[in-house]
Amino acid sequence: MALATPSSHGAATASSLTRELTGSKRDVRGRIVEIVLLATLALSLLILVALVVNLVQRAWPVLSNRLGDFLSSGLDASNAAEAGVWQAIRGTLTLAVIVAIVAFPLGIACAVFLEEYAGKSFFARLIRINVRNLAGVPSIVYGILGLTIFVKFAGDITGGRTVISGGLALAVLVLPVVIITASEALRAVPQSIREGAYGVGATKWETVRSHVLPSAAPGILTGTVLALSRAAGEAAPLLLVGGITGLLRTGDQGLWEQITKGGFTSMPVAIFSYARQTGADFQAVTGAASLILLVLVILINALAIWLRNRFEKRW
Amino acid sequence: MTSALSNKWQAAELRLSPSRRRADTRMKVVFTAAGLTTLLITLLIIYTLFKDAWSFFVHVPKADLWTIGWFPRRGMYDIKTLFVGTLMVTGVAMLIAVPLGLGVAVYLAEFARPRVRKILKPIIEVLAGIPSVVIGYFAISFINPNIVTWLVGGANKAFNIASAGAAVGILTIPIIASVTEDALRAVPMSLREASFGLGARRVPTTFRVVLPASISGVVAALILGVSRAIGETMVVAIAAGAVGGGLFSTDLFQPGQTMTAAMAALGFGSDQVAGDGLAFQSLFFIGFLLFMMTLVLNVLGDRLVRKVREEY
Repeated sequence: MALATPSSHGAATASSLTRELTGSKRDVRGRIVEIVLLATLALSLLILVALVVNLVQRAWPVLSNRLGDFLSSGLDASNAAEAGVWQAIRGTLTLAVIVAIVAFPLGIACAVFLEEYAGKSFFARLIRINVRNLAGVPSIVYGILGLTIFVKFAGDITGGRTVISGGLALAVLVLPVVIITASEALRAVPQSIREGAYGVGATKWETVRSHVLPSAAPGILTGTVLALSRAAGEAAPLLLVGGITGLLRTGDQGLWEQITKGGFTSMPVAIFSYARQTGADFQAVTGAASLILLVLVILINALAIWLRNRFEKRW
Repeated sequence: MTSALSNKWQAAELRLSPSRRRADTRMKVVFTAAGLTTLLITLLIIYTLFKDAWSFFVHVPKADLWTIGWFPRRGMYDIKTLFVGTLMVTGVAMLIAVPLGLGVAVYLAEFARPRVRKILKPIIEVLAGIPSVVIGYFAISFINPNIVTWLVGGANKAFNIASAGAAVGILTIPIIASVTEDALRAVPMSLREASFGLGARRVPTTFRVVLPASISGVVAALILGVSRAIGETMVVAIAAGAVGGGLFSTDLFQPGQTMTAAMAALGFGSDQVAGDGLAFQSLFFIGFLLFMMTLVLNVLGDRLVRKVREEY
């Protein structure tokens, strides 16, 4: 063939070269590395499976014997047979509502400021760096902020150690998440959409309200849902702000009175209270409460992922 | 003739009505105020932490900061107990999270087919969403009895640093994985194609071209992972024991105390501690140290993440 050369030495080189170029030698090293990498992935998934299976196993005595009773009993970390989660579920829902009322408008407004108004000024850069750093502040530090500002300083307004203070602390905690995801959604809106609005004489605010925000709505929504799931799973700040960990008596207080004056707890705080108790009874109670919280949080996250895939726009 | 008149009329027509102009200005003020709020939050965090941290530092007998253990209610504020506890938990966490997180990221970014990736990535994201109290319970109900006990043959206590650290590691996997994967995917395809064109296969391309090209992103992932592990509270509060305090210890299989768990223990039920000035203020002192540590790590990690993005 074309590769034939005069000397025999050259011919040997040529034939080995032909073999190298045409032969299908397996990429052995590639396969091995791929298998090792796949093993790390499998191990991570295995942890997830072990976590869920272990929870169901531990929670089974409670789930099978007294699920209804468990869902309707209050917080009681001294008696496993009486312990339940309804106050915790109600607390978590109330906290979520407060977070939604406070953090969503504020976070979205801040994102609009950063993306639509601030441009590349020094001030805007400062706020951007600041928001990214706030996102990395340990959650317990927000508890200190809540304790000092919302419980002590503004105690007359919030009622001290109430669900309002807890909700405000969580709102501040998730604010960076809302801002960062909303900013990304706003940044993805193409400039031509804004120009279309300016072209027909809209002011900046009218452009933002009628064109930019509606276009970015799915992305913003995904971020807010993720923020809610983060708030629903957080316990550390609530411990400092006064989430009840022992026994919560709500008595015959009305709903408004409970919110503005009474003590509060939440699912993660209740799980912490139960996890501190020893004995198989409380292991089951903790497991059941954890399973309920896990299902709740995974459902919220799945909703966020579904929203993102469903409304993901390609401009 | 009429053209001058109609021009004038058009100018008046084009001018914004006062109400629309006012609405525009008003909203600008509202949005700017929202931006300022985030700065206010940072300032408030620093102010509240620093004020009481300083007061604590001035008033505490300095010998109490370096004694046999952390017992705030008995006036023993041994800082090294908390530092070493935090360091041990973070170390164990990284032992688990670094190989798993990097492995997952490299596989998803360089080896997985797009369809496989589309299925696996949301599952890893689920791992990121698990509340830390649930992982804490996993530590005492599964990791400790089934894995740690098996590893050390029962030399461990029911609550110990090792199982808490392992659980914190599980929480850190998704952070390391997602930051690393973003960095790897930021490396342009042309670099990989050039490497393939020279005859290199996937392994040399991944480890000698793509990883070096995104190294600052990988380092950023590790730094942010460490920062997350240092700041984790609930897992340690549930699984590491030593709620009321703890003696200085370097034993991984004994109960221990970290900065965050010590803060949670101080704060919860802080009605009683509030009267006791110094013990309550030590909460702010530890909080301030923790805040500064994570701040430095986060700023560093953030810089490196930006660097990868700007390079390509």
